[in-house]
Amino acid sequence: MEFGLSEDQRLLEDSVRRFTGDLLPLERIRELAAEKTGFSEEIWQGLVDLAAPGVIIPEEYGGAEFKMLDAMIIQEALGRTCAPVPYTGTAIMAPVALLSGGTDEQKEEWLPQIAAGDCKVGVGVTENINIREGKGITVSGGKASGDALFVIDGGPADLYILAAGKDNMVIVPRDAAGVSVEPLTTIDYTRMTCEVTLDNVEADLLGGEGGAGDAITQTIMAGRLALAADLLGAADVMIEKAVEYALERKQFDRVIGSYQAVKHMCAEMVTELDPYRSLVWYAAHAFDEVPEEAHVSTLLAKAGISEAGRFVARTATEVHGGMGFTDLMGLHYWYKRVNVDRQLLGGAEVLREEAAVAQGWIKAA
Amino acid sequence: MLFVMLCGIGINAVDCWPLRCAKTLIKICNREEGPMDLSYGPEYEDFRSEVRTFIEKNKEKAPAPGMGMQHPGQREQEWQRLLIENGYTCRTIPREYGGYGAEPDILKTVIIQEEFTRANVNSGLSGQGIAMLVPTLLERGTEEQKKKFIEPTITGEIYWCQGYSEPGSGSDLASLRTNAYVEDGNFVINGQKIWTSSAHFADWCFILVRTEPDAPKHEGISYILMDMQTPGIEVRPLVTMTGAAEFNETFLTDVRVPVENVVGERGEGWKVANTTLKHERGMLGDPSQAMGRVESIVRILESETMDGKRLMDNPHYRDRLVAAQAKVHALKYHSMRLLTCTLKNEDPGVSRLIVKYFGTTLSRELSDIALDALGEIGSLYSGSKHLRSHGSWQWRNMFDLGLIIGGGTSQIQKNIISERGLGMPREPKVAEGK
Repeated sequence: MEFGLSEDQRLLEDSVRRFTGDLLPLERIRELAAEKTGFSEEIWQGLVDLAAPGVIIPEEYGGAEFKMLDAMIIQEALGRTCAPVPYTGTAIMAPVALLSGGTDEQKEEWLPQIAAGDCKVGVGVTENINIREGKGITVSGGKASGDALFVIDGGPADLYILAAGKDNMVIVPRDAAGVSVEPLTTIDYTRMTCEVTLDNVEADLLGGEGGAGDAITQTIMAGRLALAADLLGAADVMIEKAVEYALERKQFDRVIGSYQAVKHMCAEMVTELDPYRSLVWYAAHAFDEVPEEAHVSTLLAKAGISEAGRFVARTATEVHGGMGFTDLMGLHYWYKRVNVDRQLLGGAEVLREEAAVAQGWIKAA
Repeated sequence: MLFVMLCGIGINAVDCWPLRCAKTLIKICNREEGPMDLSYGPEYEDFRSEVRTFIEKNKEKAPAPGMGMQHPGQREQEWQRLLIENGYTCRTIPREYGGYGAEPDILKTVIIQEEFTRANVNSGLSGQGIAMLVPTLLERGTEEQKKKFIEPTITGEIYWCQGYSEPGSGSDLASLRTNAYVEDGNFVINGQKIWTSSAHFADWCFILVRTEPDAPKHEGISYILMDMQTPGIEVRPLVTMTGAAEFNETFLTDVRVPVENVVGERGEGWKVANTTLKHERGMLGDPSQAMGRVESIVRILESETMDGKRLMDNPHYRDRLVAAQAKVHALKYHSMRLLTCTLKNEDPGVSRLIVKYFGTTLSRELSDIALDALGEIGSLYSGSKHLRSHGSWQWRNMFDLGLIIGGGTSQIQKNIISERGLGMPREPKVAEGK
């Protein structure tokens, strides 16, 4: 019996954390966030050198052929440094979509480019979770039209993979005729989602007509996992920063971390968050090894860590007092990362309802 | 090992080593080695089937699970002896003291627990004598004390209560004032203890007493074994909010206990007691009870109706259930992570310290949901045909609060988490008289 990271995985974690930590001190995060592109060529190239875009892509397509848990270790490290890179869409969601639904030709065309870091992918599945403003993409006669909202990592993407109804996904290059891209600037300037509008675009359908139902499910699940891991990293750092600040800041001749009012807040944060590390690990493990438990585990992991993360983001800011509210401290980058992770691909209530359906407790609406 | 390999490849460390190392790392990692192995392996699965066979063959002899608040009777003691003989309880206690004498093996212990729980068969005696006193005696007791007390304790002939807390000494236990002086080879004990569960039927009590009044508070305490039949002991039941007398107050007036009944040296009692606390802290969070509660609540929501509709179709109760279920699953895998750390002899640090606070708060959240879902019926406690589960959800809900407070309140837990786990300073002491 062994539940935890292997020696190799700890080395991977250590390496990626050193890499992102070295390249992304607060001042660098601040500069990159100010660009509001959700993309840094420097950091992305670094990840490409790490072979990270191909982390889960099979070796035959030029990837590292690692497991989802390894991919989550990298995602957590990116969350820890608010890294402005399109990793979630490109390295997690797009490969899962292509691998679970793509034809051999589609895999051969795109996976090697993704693994090599030559193709950044924005993935749109929001309308398959909940439809807002009546948006969505439809396919008819080989042409795709409509809007996809909150396309993950869509800002810097070269290619889009977008769900179109329950059973189709379209693969569309950004520069194809009829594609327009509107950035959706959230509170988190370190990543850029977008709205992709298709107007009669020649559609390459993933796996052919009606062949992407399972791929959509898998892609949403992988994306949720990645957001949970990203949130874990960002929230964990917020606790570290709160403890560090509480041990430095003095009031009434004592460090504020010696007041129970303050240190109990720190104890509550770690108690709420830490158990979810194990659930995120398990859900990632289940994605590859225990498929029958992967769906519910992922829903519970993201729903739970979203609640814990919101609590941590708020409480860590409070521990910093007025400074936490300022831009000077920079804590808000992590706060925003956590809170956007929470909203994307289904907030806590949406996930819990889906978990009730998935366990057969109620019928799907 | 991999670092050695990396060095062998000849990476220029100055040239941004993390980046290159990690790249190389990804290429050379041996992916054959599975990090997550949630099975126990063939040796342990064989052991599991042995346990199952034993349970199947012998379960008629077992008393009902969950012994009540009473002294183990003949049936309990016979079952306990059978379990010890087969190594299914008191596994690691040496044979010379009546145990099974196995090497410690946490996985086997976990498998035994799992199988008895799964079969809903009594897994043997528990209580503070077996859980706390026996490990303490093994580590700190004299040979004579071990010979005299361990075997009858683990077989249930001697039942123990714990005399630690006092009305004025709860979280600050070391401030305790029950005292003893020595006269004619006896400690003469005077004072009052509280929360002494089982004192009304216990045979013996392990008690903390101040024997060195002039020593600093942590160095003036002795750990003493006291026969509950000794004159001068008065036990009064302490009725709690549940309506049951789960605890007692114990009054001690000139109780004479032979000086050889001290465990460790005089004045060392705080250290001796902490030997036991160390064993207690070594216990793992047990998520199986919480998993069971989720299942029970699912059954309530699926079988009970409100306005003719299943409670499960009410989004409020359903949402609360799933929210709590997420925490239960997190606790389940967190416990597996802690178990792995124990097996590998790694210190999980703050991750272990959060278990009591997280687990007790979660139990209470679950019983809250069950009661709320039952509505007015949930407030029934006894003597009604409308009662559900014999009123046990109300009892559990109140007792959950007791568990949040007992064994170190949540506030004490938060001190432990922040001080030992996060390295934050203790609250400075207020100077006397201020």
